[in-house]
This record gives sequence, C-alpha cells and structure tokens, in this order.
Amino acid sequence: MAQHHETVLSVRDMRTEFHGGRGHIRAVDGVSFDVGRGRIVGIVGESGSGKSMTALSIMGLVPKPSGHVAAQSITLDGTELTALSADGLRQVRGRDMAMVFQEPMTSLNPVRKVGEQVGEPLAIHKGMNRRQIRERVLDMFELVGIPEPRARFDAYPHELSGGLRQRAMIAMGLICEPKLLIADEPTTALDVTTQAQILKLMRELRDRVGTSIILITHDLGIIAEMCDEVNVMYAGQIVEQGSVFDLFDRPGHPYTRGLLASIPKATEARSEGRMPSIPGMVPNLQQLPPGCRFNPRCGDVMSVCHDAEPPLADLGQGHQARCWLHVTRDVETIGVAR
Amino acid sequence: MTIAASNTETIEAASLLRDGVEGFARNRVAVIGLAFIVVLIVVAVFVPWISPHDPYRVALDEQFLPPSWRFWLGTDNFGRDVLTRILDGARISLLVGTVPSLISLVIGAAMGILSGYVGGKTDAVIMRVADMMIAFPSLLLAMVVMYTLGPNLLNIFFALALVGWASVARVVRSQTLALKGKEFIEAARANGTSRLTIMLKHIFPNVIPSLIVLFSLSIPDAIMWESSLSFLGVGVQPPEASWGLLVAKGREYLLQAPIVAIAPGVAILLTVLAFNFIGDGLRDALDPSMKD
Repeated sequence: MAQHHETVLSVRDMRTEFHGGRGHIRAVDGVSFDVGRGRIVGIVGESGSGKSMTALSIMGLVPKPSGHVAAQSITLDGTELTALSADGLRQVRGRDMAMVFQEPMTSLNPVRKVGEQVGEPLAIHKGMNRRQIRERVLDMFELVGIPEPRARFDAYPHELSGGLRQRAMIAMGLICEPKLLIADEPTTALDVTTQAQILKLMRELRDRVGTSIILITHDLGIIAEMCDEVNVMYAGQIVEQGSVFDLFDRPGHPYTRGLLASIPKATEARSEGRMPSIPGMVPNLQQLPPGCRFNPRCGDVMSVCHDAEPPLADLGQGHQARCWLHVTRDVETIGVAR
Repeated sequence: MTIAASNTETIEAASLLRDGVEGFARNRVAVIGLAFIVVLIVVAVFVPWISPHDPYRVALDEQFLPPSWRFWLGTDNFGRDVLTRILDGARISLLVGTVPSLISLVIGAAMGILSGYVGGKTDAVIMRVADMMIAFPSLLLAMVVMYTLGPNLLNIFFALALVGWASVARVVRSQTLALKGKEFIEAARANGTSRLTIMLKHIFPNVIPSLIVLFSLSIPDAIMWESSLSFLGVGVQPPEASWGLLVAKGREYLLQAPIVAIAPGVAILLTVLAFNFIGDGLRDALDPSMKD
C-alpha cells in the first residue's frame, strides 16, 4: 500500500477461529491491512463475511474460550498487541483504541446515567476524579453536538433518542483521544437523516481530533462518502483492497463488481424488473467450496478457480484483488496459493 | 452509584435517589405497606411502655378470655394478653425475617454474579456447592446448625442465611448470563473496563430490582423457617415469643380459643403482604425505564 501516511494500525495475517460443538470455523482467515494516521478505512461485506469479527479480533474481544485469534502481528502505533497479556490489552482498549457499536439502543447500560458511562474510560485510564470527568464529558458532549449537555449528563439512556445515544457512544469512544476508533455499522440502526448527521460528525471529528477510523458497513454508499481506503471481505477473507477511487472506478474482483452493480440507481426506470443482485448466498464457513470461495457465485468462473485459492494480485498503487483473473498471466511465478 | 459529588452538583447527583423516592411515593399501596411496617416497628420497640400488660406474666385464673376492652385479642393458655405477646414477638419475627434474608441476598448476589460472569471452573464450583445446598434437606441442615451452635438468635440468622443464599445465587446467575451477552457489557469491555468493575458497576445495578423482589419474597420464608425451627424446639425458646412460636403453641388450643393461633397468623400475613407491597413499589421506582 502506498505509504503517504504514518501507519497507526497494521494487521498481518490475522486468523480468528472458533471451536465449538459443531466443529471448527475460521471466521477471519489471513486478513492483512494497514490504517494510516487520520485515515478512514472501510471494511465492507455481506452479513457473515467476517467484518465484525475482524473488529472484535483487533480489540481482543473475541468470545472466549471458544474463539481464538492468531496473527503474525497486530501493531497499534508501535505496540504489538499480540504480545500483550489480557490485562495489558485491556489497558490499551478505551485508551488507544475504542469501538462504537451498531445498536445505540442497547450499548448503554439502562440503569446508569449517560454521563457517567461516557466518562468511565477517563476513570479507568486517566484516574480522573468525578469533577474532572464531568467537565471533560460536558466538553465532549458539546464536541459531538449533544444539545443541553448538563441535562443529558444526568439522563438515563432511555431518555435519549437513537441519534443522541450514538453521539454519546462516539463521545465515549473518543473521550481518551484514542489513536484508532473502530465503528461497527454505527449508523445501521438509525434513520437516514440521523445517519447522515452521524457520518458527518465522524468525518469532522477525524479532522479535529485526528483519530483514525475503521468503518465497518455493508453500505457502499457510506463507503464512497466516508472512506479513504476500502477492504472488501468475503467469507472471512479480504478479496479486494485499495483506495476508494480504485475500488469504485476499476473494481478488480467479480464480487466487488457485483456489489457495485447491485446499488440501486435513481436514474434507472423502475419498471425494468428486479434489481441486479449476486446470485446465491455467502457460503457456510464449514463447507467452503474448493478453490476460490466465490466460485459458485462468480460470473467469470474459470477451471483454475475450482482447483486453487487465488492469491491477492497486485493491480498497482496498493490496489489488490484476490482473483485468478489478474494472475493467469504469471501464474507460474506466483505459484499456487495456500 | 451516586454517593459523593461536588457541592454544585449535589442536586443532580442525588437525582437517582430522588427519582426513586418520588416514584415510590406515587405508589399508594407501597406507601401503605411501608407505613404499616414503620408503625409495627415503632410499636414493637415501645411495647413495654404502650401496653398495660406484661407479655410474660402468668395468670392462670385468666386463661382463654375472649377479646374484651381489657384484652383486645383475649388471653392465651397462661392468661397472657395475646396482643401484647404478638407485638413483643414482632421484634424477633421482624429481625428473623429481614436480617438472614439480607445476609443470604448479599452472599447470593456476589456468588451469582461471580459465577455467571466469570464462568468456567469458578462457575462450576460455586454452582455445585449451591446445588448441594438446594438438594440437601434444608430443615435438616438448619436443625444441625442449631443443634451444634445452640438455640439463639444469631445462630438462627446464620442457619437461615446458609439455607437461603443458594437459590438467590441461582436467580442472579441466570440474570447475569443474560446480561453478559448485552451490547453494553461488550461496550464496557471495549473501554478497557476490568472484570471486577463490570460486575460491580454494570451487572450489579441491573440485578438490584430482582434482588428487591427476592428480598420481599424471602422475608415470609424466613419467618416461616424460624417458626419451624421454634416449633421443633431448636429456635426461639419459650417464654420468649416469635410469631411462628405463637402460632405453634396456639395450635394446641385451636378448638378452645382459635384466636390465640389465628391472631399471630394474621400478623404474619399482614406483615408479609406489606413487605411484598414495598418490594413491588421499590422495584418499579428503582427501574429507570419504568419512569414516566
């Protein structure tokens, strides 16, 4: 990837596996990507593609003991997270990296005041007293555009609208000025106008606070609007990564093309039947097809696709796609991928 | 929760408590229940000054007198005033109803949260011990404790708490398991909150409403337990009176003077009801999502 920016997060060959009663699932399989300082990096994919699990794996929040994360390295601003103890990782969470969840309605504790919860990371990581916390939280409320911050501080979560709660969650995520904020579908549960406001807020905060953001979504519109770089995930793997321009202008993977084609266009006549969609479903991770994981749904499928998994092929300037279409020419030199 | 706050913020900080009090005050039945218990406590404490009768004075010539202006609820087999004995017994019964319930609630909540949240071996050990407590005949267990330690009030507390914590732990554990999967717990973990803090500040406040209900339900249980132990002769010793003991003793004369057994029974009934009303009112008042 082009290194114009200092790298804040670097993930190399991360694998997240679950061992359960019904066998063994690899929810994240060999994911590698970088996040530059002050950049917004998108992770996009269907449900079950492993995008949320990627976020939880970085945060060290994969459910135990069934889940297990292994990675060659996960580096956050020079700190090797894979080398940290559970308690060491806990101290990094909330201070250097924070997370905003999908459901603002359930991600605040219903029986505690909003302000106290938003200020909790300060008590944990900065050892502030109640007065300092209150002042800082009120400042933060103002920054994220929560009106009447004093009244909201003492409100309970059910007294706030969904949009305000998500603002509060963002305030909580950013209150220790982390280097990285992971937002897992932060606007999915909100209505469209609120969605636009929250996205605008996140962009402004990125500019003002300088926090890098990983934005997880299934909405390519949000990706186009928000992100500098994009990772497209399919069945636990990154199938395409590159700048948002590369991805939208010259998508390299048939899956990405399919996703782009299935965005409804306002200009098209409505009477022309069904919207374009990718046939089939995301495969069950326990019964992956041999070869390329996308081959049952792919319109460009070739014989090699059934024989071996494609490697990530370089399309120039950090744009990569995991597809045999781009490697057939020099397949001998690359060899067959894992 | 809201314990300390700087001077300027005291009003805001106290609002959870204030909201709770306001919510409780709006619930008329709960207020009546509370009033009943308060009056009962006051009367029980001051009964030697209020009542003209001595609860322990034996007057065999005044056996089984019917209710009259002198003896409002009549007299028992030793000619003692039934009302005075009930009010005197209220002290022990109220203590026995509340103190062991509180102890088993504290132990049960701690064990239940620990078991549910930490899981694994901790969960297995705590829950197997709780299973043993539940499976073992509780009356026998309590009797063994009373026999070995001797029949006094402190030992009754101990015996009842020993019997009671396990079922509280079970309820709290299952609630903790449900809470554990909630997004706000994950959000707290994502903030770097330690396990102890999550248990104390995130899970505990959420189980308080259930604890209050469990408390109001365990008071009648405890009063009944005490009466069983007293009936079997290992609890409160006569001539001291507890309600359970009064019912047990009055039972022998049920045909001659039914009021001797029925009156303390009604006292138990009213007190238990009052505690239940208070419990309901508290639960509603302390749950922020029930506020209007």
